[in-house]
Parts: sequence; structure tokens; C-alpha cells
Amino acid sequence: MATDPRRPITARLAVAAAAALAVTVLTPFLGGSGMDYGKLWRGESPDWEIFLNLRVPRTLLAFLAGAALSLAGALYQAVLREALATPSSLGVTSAAALGAVAAIALGSGEETGFPLVWIAALAGAGLVIALVAALGRIQRFSSFTLLLTGIALSGISTALILLLHSLAGITRSFQIAHWLMGGIDAVSYPVLAALAAAVALGAVWSFRQARLLNVLMLGEAWAAGRGIDHRRLNWHSFAVGAWLVGTVTAITGPIGFVGLIVPHLLRRLCGPDYRLLLPLSLLAGGAFLVLCDTLSRTVLAPVEIPVGVTTALLGGPFFVWLLWSR
Amino acid sequence: MTPLALEALQFAYPGQPPVLHGIDAAAAAPAVIGIVGPNGAGKSTLLDLIAGQRSPTAGQCTLGSQPVHRMPRELLCRQIAHVPQLVPADVPLTVEQVVLTGRLPHGSGLFESEADYAAMEQALLRTRLTAFRGRPFAALSGGEKQRVLLAAAVCQAAPILLLDEPSAHLDPENEAAMWELFGELKQTGHLVLVVTHHLALAAQHCDRIWLLNHGRLAADGSPCEALEPARLEQVFRVPFHWHQNPEGRVFLTYGH
Repeated sequence: MATDPRRPITARLAVAAAAALAVTVLTPFLGGSGMDYGKLWRGESPDWEIFLNLRVPRTLLAFLAGAALSLAGALYQAVLREALATPSSLGVTSAAALGAVAAIALGSGEETGFPLVWIAALAGAGLVIALVAALGRIQRFSSFTLLLTGIALSGISTALILLLHSLAGITRSFQIAHWLMGGIDAVSYPVLAALAAAVALGAVWSFRQARLLNVLMLGEAWAAGRGIDHRRLNWHSFAVGAWLVGTVTAITGPIGFVGLIVPHLLRRLCGPDYRLLLPLSLLAGGAFLVLCDTLSRTVLAPVEIPVGVTTALLGGPFFVWLLWSR
Repeated sequence: MTPLALEALQFAYPGQPPVLHGIDAAAAAPAVIGIVGPNGAGKSTLLDLIAGQRSPTAGQCTLGSQPVHRMPRELLCRQIAHVPQLVPADVPLTVEQVVLTGRLPHGSGLFESEADYAAMEQALLRTRLTAFRGRPFAALSGGEKQRVLLAAAVCQAAPILLLDEPSAHLDPENEAAMWELFGELKQTGHLVLVVTHHLALAAQHCDRIWLLNHGRLAADGSPCEALEPARLEQVFRVPFHWHQNPEGRVFLTYGH
């Protein structure tokens, strides 16, 4: 008799959730500067404030950002049936960054806060993914050609970012340069709550499509014969991926490779079933970026490495290995 | 069983001349209908239109009185199971998982139901794939993959099956078993439309033949009527011959 996948999926998710929770709970206690745990326990200044207002929000931001980027990567890989499809390789991350940089460079004063940058990043990510999806639909490009198109669009976005950077004044120019390195900084709890809501929306929608994405592994013709409107599924998946990447990029700046490394390793470890892979990507992606951020702020303490640099240093060789092993 | 009707069916890709011209035909279960014709005659496109995966540029294909391309997809897929000619070779699923994809039109919840698993067991049994159930689909031969896809279509429990060259990679033993399965499906009230290049097997096992040539229905009738040698020679440009063995079975051969 066939085994019902519900039990193993639930068991693996429970383990992953426990591990992700452990990482998220423990890492705020680690840091470059020493912390008096006695003071922290008693809720005394300044350790309690550092913990509550800097380390906890930073960890939560890393978790939410990693979760969203990893989930977006898994979604793109599912609809394009291509392991190298990621927010970065499709040009979504760069386009979101372009939107955000345009908002920072052209915005005035306090307007360069979260909502404006967020809308601009979403617009950039949405435009590029719509273009990629439309090319796939109209020109019937293969997944690989779409990836090449994404890389070209990413190059154009980067060139425009550099142009905006060179035209911005000194203050804005520094702001842009710092933002482009992709960093996890402490943000306010209301911003975290907004981010959590945005990620939850994308996650719930994605999880509901998991069985359809499993069928899509057999190709669009097969999926259509099982009642799936694959064009609509593709468009919605592209849009949800752009929503997740645009939202995260607006807050953290561009962080690459999370959407490549995490889903790919999980697929190798746990198989291709998206009912497991999507929630697992969310949990493991979150934990992965929390660990990368912890590494970034402790390994050269008191100097902090931007987390985008850490993920790129890990992801670059991983990408080469992935190409090598194909 | 709801009858299937093709009424002046026409299809053209944008900016291209029509692939199919004014096809008129009807079919009802139980029957096995062979769709034959030279390469590029429009056989696969015809199956796509019947499956509702393309919209006709003129005319219509109806199931009952409803045009198939306007029917809700899940409802249509509970009536028609379509097995395309090609699926990706490297699908990272097991045989069981592929067969279970056929159950999607019966409920798109996150997990399959007990009824879905029961249907899968039946489909594996009918297609002689029980021993293959745990194997990775990607590791199977072309012929085994074809059988797994057929099992998924059987698992879909639709009364109409559209099969696009299902025996393309099969050895004689499995090919004979597949045609026997079509006969069994007919016995259980199915309508099987099968695109094939094996005219001899189609002549032997089909109740009717739709012969397509240059996008037109050149013949629609019993194998003896539709596969008349002079017509086949005109369509395929090689001579065909009917033979009868001492037991009275007829065979079709071709070539000089």
C-alpha cells in the first residue's frame, strides 16, 4: 500500500520548526560585544535595551527576510522547473534594488522611509518579473532563455543603479552604497509586523499551491490535462515571488543566493514534494539568514560584515558547484 | 455517456495557415478510435482541441452540448484524461506520485484522499505497474514511462481517454498489453481516442479510424473502410495491402 505523505511531512516540519525556533531564540544572545546576562535576566540597562531593541528585532528581520527569499526561490524553481531560477538570476532582486535606490535618490528627506522605498521596490520587482513572464508566454522562451533574459535585465538594473548612485549627492550616495551591501539592521517592531504580515500572505498562498506545483513537475501539457490553469499559476507564482522579494529588499537591500542555496539543499535532502519543500524552505531560509547574520556580526567583531556579502561568499561557490554537478 | 462531437472544427496558430480544416466527427463510448495520419497531419492538435487545451479558430468540439474549451477545467478533466506525447524526462517523482497526479481533478486539497489511493492501486494493477510503484520515474525506460502516464490517466477515472502515441516506445510485449488494456477500458464503458502510427495494430484493435491528411478528415469509418489501401497509398505515398490468415484474421502491411 502507498504511504500517506501527511505523517512524514508533519514530522519533518515539526523538526524543522523546532530547529528554526531554537536558532531564532538562541542567536540574539550571541554578539560581537559582550553582554552581561545577569543584567539581561534582571531587565537592567543597557543590556536589556540592547537585547530588546537591537538584537531581537535584528534576528526577527533576518528570519523573515531569509524565509521570504528562500520561499520565493523555491516558487520560481517550481514554475520554471529549473534549479538555477532564483530572484537574483531572474533579475527580480536587482530590479527591486533599482526601485528602492530610485526612491532613496529621488525622494526627499523623511519620505525615503519604508513605505516609499517598499512601493518602489515592489514596482521594480513586479515590472521585471512581468516582463520575464510575458516573454516566456509570448515568445515561448525556455526556462534557460528566461534565466539569460533575467541576467540581462539584472545587468541593466545594476547599470541604472550605478547611474543613480553617481548622480545622487554625497549623503544620498553614502546611503545608497550602504543599502546596496544588503544588511540586516534593527528595525522597529511595527515594520517587522508589516513584514511578517506580507510574508505570511505570500506563504499561505504558496502552500495552497503545493500540490499543483507537484503536478507541474510533469510539464505544462500534463498539468493542463489534470485541470490546472498553468498560465494563471505561473503568473500568480511570479507575482507572489516578486511581492516577497520586493518587500524584503526594500528593508534589507539586495541579499542574494538565499533563494538558491536553501531550496536546492532541501530538495536534495528531503525530496521534491512541494508540500514539504515550500514550508521547509520558509523555515530553513529564515534560520539560514539568522545564522549568516550572526556570523556577519561576530566573526570580525567589532566590525560587521554586511550579510549580503556573507551570503554571496557562501552562495558563489555553491552556484559553481551546482553548475558543475548538473 | 456524454457524446463527443466535432463540428466544423478549425484551428490555426496565429499568423499561420490552418492546421485543421472543418473537421466533422462524433464519438460515443464504449469504443476505441484510432487517429492516424502522416506526420504533421494535425493529430496531436486535434487531441489538444478535444482536451480543451486550445480554442478552435472556428467550429467547436462539444461534450454533451457544452463546448469543451469553455467548460470549467476540473469538470472537463473529470470527463477527459489527456496524455500528451511528451513530458519532461527528469521528473523527480516516484511512479506512485506520478500516478496520483491523475487524481487532482477529483479534489485539489493539499493531500490525496483514501479514494485517491484506492484509485491509484487499481490503476497500478490494471497497467501491471504494481512492482514499479516505488521506482523513480526518471530512471524508467521510455516505454515504462508511457505506461506510468497511462496509469495516471486510468487513475483519473475519466470516461474519455485521449492518448497521443502511447505505444511509441514500447516493446512488442508491452505494446500488445497496452492495446489489450484499451480493449478492457472499452469493456468498462470508456471511449479511448488513440493517436498512433501503428496502422496494423490500429486496424486490429480499433472500432473506428479517423484518418487525417493535411488537417482534413480523409476518412472516418471501420478499419476496413477507413484504411482502404488505395486511400492509404494516396495519403502516405506507399502501397498498402490487406492480408487474411487461415484463421480469418486480417492484417495490414505496407511497402513495395
